[in-house]
Amino acid sequence: MSILEVKGLKKDFDNLKVLKGIDFSLERGETLAIIGASGSGKTTLLRCLNFLETPTQGQILVDGKVVFDAANQKMLSDKEVRDRRLHFGLVFQSFNLFPQYTALKNVTLAKELLAKERPDFKSNKKKILEEIREEGRAVLDSVGLLKKVDYYPHQLSGGQQQRVAIARALMLSPDILCFDEPTSALDPELTGEVLKVIRGLSEKNTTMVIVTHEMQFARDVSDQVLFLDKGTVAEYGTPKQVFENPREERTKQFLERYFQN
Amino acid sequence: MSGPIITLCEGFVQNIQLFVMTLLLAIPLGLVIALGSMSRFTPLRWLTRVFVWIIRGTPLMLQLMVVLYAPGLIFHIPMSNRVLAAVIAFVINYAAYFSEIYRGGIESIPKGQYEAGQVLGMTKTQIFFKVVLMQVVKRIVPPMGNEVITLVKDTSLARVIGVMEILMKADTFTKQGLIWPLFSSALFFLAFNGVLTLFFGWLEKKLDYYRV
Repeated sequence: MSILEVKGLKKDFDNLKVLKGIDFSLERGETLAIIGASGSGKTTLLRCLNFLETPTQGQILVDGKVVFDAANQKMLSDKEVRDRRLHFGLVFQSFNLFPQYTALKNVTLAKELLAKERPDFKSNKKKILEEIREEGRAVLDSVGLLKKVDYYPHQLSGGQQQRVAIARALMLSPDILCFDEPTSALDPELTGEVLKVIRGLSEKNTTMVIVTHEMQFARDVSDQVLFLDKGTVAEYGTPKQVFENPREERTKQFLERYFQN
Repeated sequence: MSGPIITLCEGFVQNIQLFVMTLLLAIPLGLVIALGSMSRFTPLRWLTRVFVWIIRGTPLMLQLMVVLYAPGLIFHIPMSNRVLAAVIAFVINYAAYFSEIYRGGIESIPKGQYEAGQVLGMTKTQIFFKVVLMQVVKRIVPPMGNEVITLVKDTSLARVIGVMEILMKADTFTKQGLIWPLFSSALFFLAFNGVLTLFFGWLEKKLDYYRV
């Protein structure tokens, strides 16, 4: 069964139709790259998956379970919405680290707050928090930042900040980890270190959805590529299909523009 | 010479008392007004904004008189305690100014900070207290320092409704032909505001470990 299924997803902002019916599915352990021109709806699609936007129509299923259905929006409790959110992780283009906390605290904060809801939290507080900190260090180590655990975001380079942000999302072990143009806010010489981390995650079979302008990277790292054009899926297939044998004229034109530069 | 000095000290104790009570009450009340002025419920938002407009748009001196006289004239319950009237007027006035500083601080926090908290499964309350609040605090320290220092000096306006604060006490000597007590009252304000300036400088330094 697919870990993620998106069915007929539409999103309007007032009169502007940004997504006009998106369908795709993703298997566990696969990486999906979403490419397309600015304004094609890539980011909106990702934000819908992460409940930052409410789709106008359509369904989102995780592991066969409906987590969102525009036709049947009963009032969910705050807790239910948060539980559904936690299926997904999101790494933002602009990092959005919490400036007042160290790298480690950025990574552990959400998990600490979730742990407070556990019935055994009061009796085991010290042990639970120590375990979370230990886990946080391990996750920061996995993105190559063990030496920076006590640094504040403003003391880190853009690439390091984005790696902290990836660690922060990984800490909650989401079923599907999403990236919204993770290297677009970085200087060119810093994109490599971030792409390397994402590549590593892909090799470890992390299920990921990546919105990116890095065509070469999308081609190398993804199992599926989805080309969005004006709010519709113009092309959907393996990187080999999409990059080497695009069926649609608009895909060809888009890719030509990219690879010329 | 020691007579006037003791009198000035007594007067300044009254100023400090007004200052402390106003701060203690206006700081939380300002937050309530700020939340009202950002409410998604339009009538409440308009009501608070009109309130802030009136308070910021009229002289504090006049507000002191209104608080002292209006209860007696309108409700036939005369305000007997002048210090209480002064505290009420100061609290309302300063809470209105504080609310605008808070609102500016809260609205200046990028949307991405809230969204980062949301996708990490935090509740609205957690996002406010664990993510946003400390960033707001850092941003509002300098403008709040300004307001607090202004409040110290504004407490002397209480004399217009007969509160025996330092300037009013000093003025009693002027009427006897002795001018230096009035002029020296400046030293009390300078000393106290000097301490406050140092405190706010220390606080800004203390919050310097992160950038927003």
